[in-house]
Amino acid sequence: MVGEALGWLTGPLSYPFMVRGLTAAVIVGVVCPVLGAYVVLRGMAFFGDALAHIVLPGVVVAYLAGWPLVLGALLAGVIAALGIGAISEQARIKEDSAIGVIFAAAFALGVAMLSTQRGYAVDLVHILFGNLLGVTSQDLVWMGVLGLLALGAVFVFYKELLVLSFDPVLAATLRLPAHFLKNLLLVLMAVVIVVSLNAVGVTLVLAMLITPASAAYLLTRRLPSMMALGAAFGTLSAFLGLYLSYYWNLPSGPAIVLVATAIFAVALLVAPRRRHLWSRWRRGAPDVRPA
Amino acid sequence: MLIHPAVHVDASPAVEFDGVSLQYNGTAALRQVSFRLERGQRVAVVGPNGAGKTTLLRVVAGTLRPDEGRVDVYGERPGGHICIAYVPQRSQIDMAFPVTVAEVVMMGRIRQIGVLRWPRRHDWTIVHQALASVEMGELARRQIGELSGGQQQRAFLAQALAQEAQVILMDEPLTGLDLPSQEAIFRAIDRLSQSGVTIVLSTHDLNLAAERFDQVVLLNRALIAAGRPERVFTPENLQRAYGSHIHRLVDGEGLMVLTDTCCEGDEVGR
Repeated sequence: MVGEALGWLTGPLSYPFMVRGLTAAVIVGVVCPVLGAYVVLRGMAFFGDALAHIVLPGVVVAYLAGWPLVLGALLAGVIAALGIGAISEQARIKEDSAIGVIFAAAFALGVAMLSTQRGYAVDLVHILFGNLLGVTSQDLVWMGVLGLLALGAVFVFYKELLVLSFDPVLAATLRLPAHFLKNLLLVLMAVVIVVSLNAVGVTLVLAMLITPASAAYLLTRRLPSMMALGAAFGTLSAFLGLYLSYYWNLPSGPAIVLVATAIFAVALLVAPRRRHLWSRWRRGAPDVRPA
Repeated sequence: MLIHPAVHVDASPAVEFDGVSLQYNGTAALRQVSFRLERGQRVAVVGPNGAGKTTLLRVVAGTLRPDEGRVDVYGERPGGHICIAYVPQRSQIDMAFPVTVAEVVMMGRIRQIGVLRWPRRHDWTIVHQALASVEMGELARRQIGELSGGQQQRAFLAQALAQEAQVILMDEPLTGLDLPSQEAIFRAIDRLSQSGVTIVLSTHDLNLAAERFDQVVLLNRALIAAGRPERVFTPENLQRAYGSHIHRLVDGEGLMVLTDTCCEGDEVGR
């Protein structure tokens, strides 16, 4: 029995591409939910999804120019993140509309540019849904460095980002550099999306940002525990997802996302109901008595 | 006085407005407002809905800048060295956020802690003292959303204390609280004002404003009156602020009883 289970676990690891894929998946599983905690708490899910799609033209340009894909994606992500921030501050149109316009346009541009290439269907599938088993050692180095950078920034600016997210008015009266901190979050989101691109692709990055962090949100009462539990869920999803994909011959990105979703469903069932119903109720109906 | 000109600076009022006007979303939120508040006082800002109470507090806090006029806090512009704490309305905060009460209070010390640093033992001591002084010591480890409305309000008051603020501004802290919670807040406010902290809060409750505060600022975009409650709450002033929706009664012991009947929605003051 034990031998079989051990064989089940170690079998895939005899292939170097599986080891690289697993390493990449675990990096994504740890980094995404830590930043994802802020995405969930600040209600930036739509923005995160848009940012992931906006990265596409950058990836294509890098691909055509022969640069590391990561570089192009990072450039596009950062430009778009800051651009959306600037547009929405003008407040001529609502922020979600501004995001939607740029998101769709950039994605269309990326697909159009890619379609000029031969064999584009395969490439497109990899960019859209990830290609974990095609991860190279060079990719891993990039992912590791960027991932550590993102985690480091979240750690270093922990208390400032906490205040900004919990109570923007306090951040203003304490004269925290709110503008810098908001842009920092956007850039970090772009970085994390780029890190995740190989693992789950443009279309499913959102799941890694939101799903493990949301599951952790249901079960914790403090931000550090939410981040830690989210990272644990992300890592578990990465492991199980990759093994499922190996044994059941599923594409790896969707398999990881499905495992993460299953974990979320369990969290939803076992979460202390009181906390969430209670807080929803409070937020929906503030207890204002007629004075 | 002549020998020590610095004395003049030291004696400057806690808050001074001189001809302050402010447009907000295209309408005048404050019109030519002038008043002064002495240090260590308990001040209630009252007026009908939309009278500019929140705007006035935010101008003192320095998060809104007046279009015209001058604002001084302890003789300086808001945003200078003087520490001003602002406690927003509870409804503007996501109480489901995963933070504990102690963490919320610690947020007030973020500037004292400094960039790239973590709270030290000294900061935790101050946080626990602040919580103790609002009678919340035993709730430090609870998640903020688990508290009652009154306890949440006191947690934010403790946050203001942890800032070591000289001026504490509170937007509608009493709204929706039961009497024991209101009393707990008043005990903390009274202690603070005795130690020299100036407390400015907005409220709809004219009775409380009359009974429990040293000074009242009666506002309806323009300043109607400012000063001691019995001087501010004259029939003429109330008429000017609220129209005919208000009654002023004086009972046998001279206690003022005011009935605010204007709060059925927004029909007044808009």
